[in-house]
Amino acid sequence: MTAGHDWPLWEVFIRAREGLSHKHVGSLHASDAEMALQHARDVYTRRREGESIWVVQSTDIVASAPADKESLFDPADSKIYRHPTFYEVPDEVECL
Amino acid sequence: MTVEAQREALFEYLLRLGDNALILGHRLSEWCGKGPVLEEDIALSNIALDLVGQSTLWLEFAATVEGGARDADALAFKRDVLDWRNFLLVEQPNGDFAHTIVRQFLFDCFHVELLQALSKSANQEIAGIASKALKEALYHRRHSGQWVIRLGDGTEESHARAQAALDALWGYTRELFEGDAIDEMMMQAGIAPDPGDFEENWKQAVGAVLAEATLTVPDANWSIGGGKKGIHSEHLGFLLAEMQFLPRAYPDAQW
Repeated sequence: MTAGHDWPLWEVFIRAREGLSHKHVGSLHASDAEMALQHARDVYTRRREGESIWVVQSTDIVASAPADKESLFDPADSKIYRHPTFYEVPDEVECL
Repeated sequence: MTVEAQREALFEYLLRLGDNALILGHRLSEWCGKGPVLEEDIALSNIALDLVGQSTLWLEFAATVEGGARDADALAFKRDVLDWRNFLLVEQPNGDFAHTIVRQFLFDCFHVELLQALSKSANQEIAGIASKALKEALYHRRHSGQWVIRLGDGTEESHARAQAALDALWGYTRELFEGDAIDEMMMQAGIAPDPGDFEENWKQAVGAVLAEATLTVPDANWSIGGGKKGIHSEHLGFLLAEMQFLPRAYPDAQW
C-alpha cells in the first residue's frame, strides 16, 4: 500500500462528549479538508469515540522547539507558590 | 390476493434488499488490505461492514417471513446464483478504484432514495431497518460523491478512468427503476415505493455531482437487467464461490 505521498498531513482532534474539549487523537493524510474530515470519521470514530471532529493541517500548527525546553519550562519548577496548595480549606467545602 | 401470495412476495422483496446489500458489501470487502491508501482502505471496509450488517437485518427478517425453514446464514451461504435477487450493478467486479467508486456512487444515490421511502413503510419492521440503514447510506453517498468529484475534476488520468467507469456501468442503472409484479404488490400494500418514482430524484442527484466532477452523463444506448429475477452476469458465480466457500466446506464451523 503506498501512502498518499502527495497529500498533506492533517492532525485530528476528537471531542468525546458534550462539555469536554477536543483532544488530539492522531494524524492522517488527505487531499483536502473535506476528505480529511471523512477520513478522520472513518479512521478514528469507528467505535463511537466522538461526536465532533476538528482537522488541522499539520503545517499550520506552530510548535515549541525541543531545544527550548529548559528555558521555557524549567523556570516553573521552583515556583511552588503557583500551585493553590496553601489555602486552608474549611471542612464544610465539598467537591474539591 | 391470498395471504400466501402476499407472504411469498414480501419474502422475495426482502431478498432483493438483503442481496443488494450483501453482494455490494462483499465486493467492497475485496478491497480490504488493498486500498489505495490506509485511510481509504478503512473507509471502504467500514462501508462494506455497514452493508453486510444491513443485509443481516433484511435476511433475518426474510427468514422469519419465510416461516423459519432457513435462517439468515442459510440464505446468505446456501443459495446458488439463480436464487439471488440483487441488481447486476452491484455484482460487477471492482475494476480500478474509479470503477468501484462510480459503482458505489450510482448505487448510493439510489439507496438513499429507496431507504427514505422504506422508512415510511406500512410494515414497521421494514420501516425500522430502513431508518437505521438510511443514516449509513447518507454517509456512503457523501463518501462516494466526494470521491467522484475529486476523480472527475482531478488529473487527466483520474478523469479518464472515472468517465470510463461511468460509461461502462451506466447501462446497469436502468434496472434500478424498473418495477415488476413484486414491486406492484408491495406498493399496493403500502410496504414499498414504486421504484420508478424516484428515478427523477436520482438523476438530479447524480447529475449535480457529475457536473461538479466535470464528467459527462453517458448517452448509453444499451441497458441490461434481470438480477431481480435471478438472471445474473457471469461474475456472480465467482463471487459466491469465494463468499460461500467456508460454510459450505465446513458446515458446522464456529468462530
